Amino acid sequence: MDGPSITHSQDGFSGFVARALASRSFVVGFAVTALIALMALVSFVWTPYDVTKLVVADRMLPPSAAHWFGTDHFGRDVLSMIMVGARNSIAVALVAVGIGMGFGVPLGCLAAARGGWPDEIVMRFNDLVFAFPALLSAVMITAVFGPGAINAIIAIGIFNIPVFARVARAGALAIWPREFILAARAAGKGKARITVEHILPNIATLLLVQGTIQFALGILAEAGLSYVGLGAQPPMPSWGRMLFDAQTRMMVLPSLALFPGLAIVITVLGLNLLGDGVSDALDPKLRRRA
Amino acid sequence: MTAYLAQRFLIAVATLLVASLVVFAVLEVLPGDPARLMLGINATPDAVEALREQMGLNSPRPVRYLDWVAGMLSLDFGRSYTYSVPVIDLVAERIAVSLPLALISLVLSVAIAIPVGAFAAQRRGRAGDAVAMGAAQVGVAIPNFWFALLLIYLFAVWLRLVPAGGFPGWSAGVWPALKALFLPAIALALPQAAILARVTRSALIETLGEDYIRTARAKGLPFGAVLWRHALRNALIPMLTIIGLQFSFLLAGTIIIENVFYLPGLGRLIFQAITQRDLIVVEGVVMLLVATVVVVNLLVDLSYAIVDPRLRTR
Amino acid sequence: MTLLAIENLSLSIGETPILKNIGLSIEPGEVLGLVGESGSGKSMTALAIMRLLPQGARADGKILFGGENLLDASEEAMCRLRGDDIGMVFQEPMTALNPVKTIGEQVAEGIRWHTGAGRAEAERRAAQMLDRVGLSSAKFPLSRYPHQLSGGQRQRVVIAIACALKPKLLIADEPTTALDVVLQAQILELLRELVDENRMGLLLISHDLAVVTEMSDRIAIMRSGEVLETGETARTLSAQQHPYTRQLALASTHVPAGRSLPSPLWGGSAIRLSEAKPVSRGGGIRSPASRLTVSASLRPLADPPHKGEGRHPLLEVASITRDYPGPRPSLFSKAKTFRAVDDVSFSLMPGRSVALVGRSGCGKSTLARLVLALDKATSGTIRFMGKDITGRPEAELRQARRNMQVVFQDPYGSFNPRHRVERLVAEPLSLVEPAPDPLKRRELVAHALHQVGLKPHDMQKYPHEFSGGQRQRLSIARAIITRPKLVVADEAVSALDVSIRAQVLDLFAELNRTLGIAYLFITHDLTVARAITDEVLVMHEGRIVERGTTAGVLDNPQSEAAKALVDAAPDLRRAISHKLREQG
Repeated sequence: MDGPSITHSQDGFSGFVARALASRSFVVGFAVTALIALMALVSFVWTPYDVTKLVVADRMLPPSAAHWFGTDHFGRDVLSMIMVGARNSIAVALVAVGIGMGFGVPLGCLAAARGGWPDEIVMRFNDLVFAFPALLSAVMITAVFGPGAINAIIAIGIFNIPVFARVARAGALAIWPREFILAARAAGKGKARITVEHILPNIATLLLVQGTIQFALGILAEAGLSYVGLGAQPPMPSWGRMLFDAQTRMMVLPSLALFPGLAIVITVLGLNLLGDGVSDALDPKLRRRA
Repeated sequence: MTAYLAQRFLIAVATLLVASLVVFAVLEVLPGDPARLMLGINATPDAVEALREQMGLNSPRPVRYLDWVAGMLSLDFGRSYTYSVPVIDLVAERIAVSLPLALISLVLSVAIAIPVGAFAAQRRGRAGDAVAMGAAQVGVAIPNFWFALLLIYLFAVWLRLVPAGGFPGWSAGVWPALKALFLPAIALALPQAAILARVTRSALIETLGEDYIRTARAKGLPFGAVLWRHALRNALIPMLTIIGLQFSFLLAGTIIIENVFYLPGLGRLIFQAITQRDLIVVEGVVMLLVATVVVVNLLVDLSYAIVDPRLRTR
Repeated sequence: MTLLAIENLSLSIGETPILKNIGLSIEPGEVLGLVGESGSGKSMTALAIMRLLPQGARADGKILFGGENLLDASEEAMCRLRGDDIGMVFQEPMTALNPVKTIGEQVAEGIRWHTGAGRAEAERRAAQMLDRVGLSSAKFPLSRYPHQLSGGQRQRVVIAIACALKPKLLIADEPTTALDVVLQAQILELLRELVDENRMGLLLISHDLAVVTEMSDRIAIMRSGEVLETGETARTLSAQQHPYTRQLALASTHVPAGRSLPSPLWGGSAIRLSEAKPVSRGGGIRSPASRLTVSASLRPLADPPHKGEGRHPLLEVASITRDYPGPRPSLFSKAKTFRAVDDVSFSLMPGRSVALVGRSGCGKSTLARLVLALDKATSGTIRFMGKDITGRPEAELRQARRNMQVVFQDPYGSFNPRHRVERLVAEPLSLVEPAPDPLKRRELVAHALHQVGLKPHDMQKYPHEFSGGQRQRLSIARAIITRPKLVVADEAVSALDVSIRAQVLDLFAELNRTLGIAYLFITHDLTVARAITDEVLVMHEGRIVERGTTAGVLDNPQSEAAKALVDAAPDLRRAISHKLREQG
């Protein structure tokens, strides 16, 4: 009731950008993420060396001016492989987030809007999917269809669905009882229209934050899957696979295990910082209520 | 409270039932004849057919599904196609590695995360907080299997303190066995501890902003006492949710970590089974892991009721 | 010796000054009332005494308690004082108690901490204290959890915690604001008794001038971080020397111009008021915007409610009932239903203004939602403009929705923070057929904004750029843009400061006069009912227990429920005259 009135900084997109730029997490996270994405894009047109060419003479070289990160047991340039691997990691994680959002957000919004049995069904579906960690789904899919990058996408994507359904549902449930929703209903608007016009814009930032978190988790999960051979298959380079190959050669050339691991850590760190930054820049009112 | 628990229990049972349907349906589409796989390429069609009959593979699918579920309820997971031993024997042998590993990791993770999270929340905005949360931020980003590689390099290759991998078996004594699980447990626990520490801190900070914290402060309790006596118990509710989720991550993580350290656990078993197309072992192990996750979630629901009296009267 | 003396206290948070050179004092056994509108710095003053200020706050000056300057005291010394010599009671009883600890633990905790008493001894004293605040251990054992108690009972627990060690000073920050009037009266009486028993000093903070007047020996009036006036309650309020004191007193009893005469004056009886002359309120206005003749719909205050002169009621509610499923005792037994609205019937004539009053939880908000067709009735019918609107599909409700709009309580929650005012105010226009084109929409929004006293260019702003009072004007603009015949106002002015409230009430009255809009005014505040409505319905436990003209019912209530409401309602004039007799 009493006390200093909280002045809310500006709403809308421009306000969001202003707050975001003031957050160090956001700036650093955005820069790192952009750098990795750029690296992946560049790899389509140019890499220092051809990653499909095996140069036996140059195998297991330590880092040098010619090969910044050294070469692997087939003589492939590690830097080039990391660049191409970024492509794979980002693609898998991004599509998996897309699957999660595409199915999860509508399910969550539906559950919140309808309540009752649709809500119950969505929640029980969530329980079911949560019982299958992404790795188990991947194991099952691989057992049926054999290994491949697509399996990783599907397995991680499926696991993302209940995550987004939960976040969307919780966010929407916090918005539904608010008076502007009642006012919209008094203005004759149906539940679908209210969801599109009022609910989604108000949970968009929440979903964005969750999106960056799931993106980062997707990168980690993809690395894990390809490490155990359930993800991208050779000769397509992937960070997880590179670490698997490095494990037995670590005693000889530790840098083989170092650089792909650092690539994963930096990418995930960047994305997490970005997520923190976005949530710092979130409208404080919504953050409190959501 | 009984209504709440009964409801959660029914949901858990239903989840398991549907999960078994999913597992069965997915693995049923698997191409390849288990009977032929067991007998080898040179077996006569008659022999294969006889074995199919004996394994019950010729019955209609619903009957086979019911047989499978009924079998599991009496702990009969069928016989491995490749090893020709009961699946339960394989599982029992391997679980003696995986379960202790997951539990040790969980305990380690909680034991590290809660003090660190509470420390950071208590010093919110100060140097201690920044250092702890910076470390947690990095910890969250480290893949456990890479961390495992680093640990192996540091402790096994360089310092030669522990073995780089393998498992002597519990028969070799508790201490050597624990020693073999030491690095894997740390590799699993630290990244999870980083996540849990962040959750602990933010849950504590949120509860510290509640009105009843001010009431407790107005009673004359110092800040530290308020944090431990009033805030922590309320913050436990979001933390328990995460701990429950983490257990399933840890189980999945054991599967990967066992591969790093060459531990003969369920993870190794499931990968061998996949490459050997030993369908019944895959089905059994997946169901077992799913059941563990469901049971752990049920325990988490139960612990909500212990922590939060509002659920007890529902 | 003076118990508490605040001298030249200044406080700032970051760069923002919050308090400027505050001076206050409290003697043992004295009640000091601290009044002011939101943002005046009342709560910060209390928190400064407790040294529980938010991070980044800087305080200068002196807070002398028993001769010791609290601003210089160490944190350990403060911990010894808090809960022992100084107790504090907060506004929000629903959240002030730890939900996972029993009430016994929470009361005993402070006793154990300060006296070092053992568990059994502390619990015995806690039980005694709870007994003293009206929670007998037979009915409320120590093992109860907060969620098993009502709001009023929880506030008693908070008071028990604060007073367990018989503090010399009790600070109560809006202790009754979250409670309904009947509970408010009980809690205030309890505080009064505790003060008298223990010769405690009480710093009572409230936005409600009437409450403070009833309770306090001396009064301090605050605005924007400054104490404007302090003095003996009766003298200060009867003299009203400071212009702001006068303004506050006037706003507290404000009645929109041209509505009714001020009610119970200076302790005057009800009879005098019912003899008051009926006031004609500008009949015969033809509003060009609404094209609605309102002359017949407005009639003098004293008219009987249903003298319709052949006109049909705008709204007819017939035997409406709403059941909610209660908690299920076990998984397999059927849930008991809770009847929120029980066989309610009433009708509302065009252009009339009806108040629906009652204690919190009596079902008045549920009834409002039923009328607005936002909730489905279990049985009964609601007819609006002659048409049955109960249980109709949304498509058939469009006509009714267009003619029936709503204004809610919370000026912050009523608007989607992501949309601009133009879109927000225009929202109900989707009900108008044919839908107006963008240019016409803009014109209508501009007109509606103009009618509620805002500028047309405000439509480009976001809601957070407006103050609470302005937002309530926006709410009203949104409600009148479709030219409705009925506006349901659900506690529409309860969250506003008194001076803003007076302005918004004026706006409501004016729109009734110029546009002929009928109101269903849901309120717990009898002053508001008196100020703006012709008739009143008193609701109690889901039923309407009394109805009649506003003045008739409020001055001469017949039912137990209405009597309790009227008796408990703080009334500034009555309080001042009472104080005048007391303090001479």
